[in-house]
Amino acid sequence: MSDWVEACAAEDIDEEDVMRFDHGGRTFAIYRSPDDEYFATDGLCTHEKVHLADGLVMDDIIECPKHNGRFNYKTGDARGAPVCVNLKTYPVKVDAGKVLIQIG
Amino acid sequence: MVIIGAGECGGRAALALRDLGYEGPVTLVGDEPHLPYERPPLSKDAMTGEAPVIKAIASDELFAERSIRHIHSVRAVAIDRAAHTAQLSDGSSLSYDKLLVATGSVPRQLPMPGLGPRCVYLRTFNDALAIRAHLSAGNRVAVIGGGFIGLELAAAARKLGATVTVIEAQPRILMRGVPAEIAEIIHKAHEAEGVSIRTGQGLAAIADGGKEVAITLADGQTIVADLAVIGIGAVPVTALATESGLAIDNGIAVDEHLRTADPDIFAAGDCCSFPLAVYGGRRVRLEAWRNAQEQGALAAKNMLGADEAHAAVPWFWSDQYGLTLQIAGLSDEGKSIVRRDLDDSAFILFHLAEDGRLVAASGIGSGNAVARDIRLAEMLIAKRASPAPEALGSQAVKLKSLLAA
Ligand SMILES: Cc1cc2nc3c(=O)[nH]c(=O)nc-3n(C[C@H](O)[C@H](O)[C@H](O)COP(=O)(O)OP(=O)(O)OC[C@H]3O[C@@H](n4cnc5c(N)ncnc54)[C@H](O)[C@@H]3O)c2cc1C
Ligand code: FES
Repeated sequence: MSDWVEACAAEDIDEEDVMRFDHGGRTFAIYRSPDDEYFATDGLCTHEKVHLADGLVMDDIIECPKHNGRFNYKTGDARGAPVCVNLKTYPVKVDAGKVLIQIG
Repeated sequence: MVIIGAGECGGRAALALRDLGYEGPVTLVGDEPHLPYERPPLSKDAMTGEAPVIKAIASDELFAERSIRHIHSVRAVAIDRAAHTAQLSDGSSLSYDKLLVATGSVPRQLPMPGLGPRCVYLRTFNDALAIRAHLSAGNRVAVIGGGFIGLELAAAARKLGATVTVIEAQPRILMRGVPAEIAEIIHKAHEAEGVSIRTGQGLAAIADGGKEVAITLADGQTIVADLAVIGIGAVPVTALATESGLAIDNGIAVDEHLRTADPDIFAAGDCCSFPLAVYGGRRVRLEAWRNAQEQGALAAKNMLGADEAHAAVPWFWSDQYGLTLQIAGLSDEGKSIVRRDLDDSAFILFHLAEDGRLVAASGIGSGNAVARDIRLAEMLIAKRASPAPEALGSQAVKLKSLLAA
């Protein structure tokens, strides 16, 4: 169950930015919010399976690079056309400068 | 609330009415037999699979759950403005308080004799089905018109192994709205994939024999193809508006609230022309997917009494082979160009007006290489910013930092 996986160093991601993380044949997106918290979601957009890590982070929104679909990366909620299916989110913790995510 | 045209714009408008909390009746009338669906895949992914698959923007269940009545395969044939009714092709009529016309656009017809069953256009899912049947390996496909739809289709046809020739009357492909430097990259990508592109070639004659088409070019050469796909632009569907006395100006003319001169009738998406605030109210008509979504949502708001003005920056993308092009703004507003190189030979051209204002950005690269910077450029354009050309041109300067400035 509590499968914490080290994703990257905390400083690898700029504030208000996102990074791709691949693990065990799956792909995730790890976010650092403007107020310096870390979050993780599935890495692919629910519209056309595009890597969200190429998208733009603004406040608590990640915008898909392909057609500008939006998600709240803290909750995974889809926030506007063309996306309508929510993103799965994962627990994250920062420990000794490392970002760990719990892959369920 | 009645919406005529069950495409991207009409479908989004219907959903938006419910999102905004409207509880009265919503009726969406469309002449196609399908649920509202996405057109962009029709020249891209949908073509390269075994058979085209329809990508609906919402399911029957969702429409039912949200009490949206979708009438399909029926055309609206007239609007009676005095009576506030729309007449339908099945003889029935619908009363409205507010009406949205979202009838989209249709392919411009090639005004030449000699066309026949092997000369086709691509707009609908049914068109896509018919075209797909002819794209197998060994088939010869001629694409008339080097615009986005024609070029995307050419790429799809190559992927399936067809022999492809693109014929363009202008001196280069993508003359409208795409800078030469970017058109050049796309041209080369097609040639590298084996597409023959004939630019600067008018058509002298077409002869469709029913099983193949002979296309004679202005220079006398003849291209024989199993299928000719004509992609020479689109024209707005305006007949309903014209016949009910509404003004047409390269599309159904609406104000910044997407309202026609009749306060109870709105128009949005490909069928309308509207004043674009970022360019001082220049009247434009866009044929772009995100615009159809945004305008559908905005029209819904204003039908419910909001008075919100359209403020978005035009945005468009196209996919061909592994390349994606994205354009924010209208590049013809620019007088000079600044180039920013990104990784993996992706680049962005920033178009600046005479006074230094950023008015458009065009980018090309593999995958989504240009997406983030184009999106930031779009926000700079919306802010009417005049960033320093040196900053725009330097990859070391983050565009996000310019936005905060
Ligand atoms: C093959 C293809 C590829 C595209 N690729 C891209 C792309 O990569 N990027 C991009 O930004 N844009 C792209 N577009 C453009 C985009 O799809 C359109 O801008 C968008 O569909 C416009 O939406 P709309 O609802 O205004 O019109 P439409 O989608 O055309 O919908 C209008 C609907 O109204 C119906 N209708 C018309 N008259 C009546 C009537 N009297 N009664 C009832 N129904 C009526 C029509 O049949 C149609 O179903 C593409 C378009 C096509 C055809
Ligand atoms: S792929 Fe993400 S919005 Fe379309």
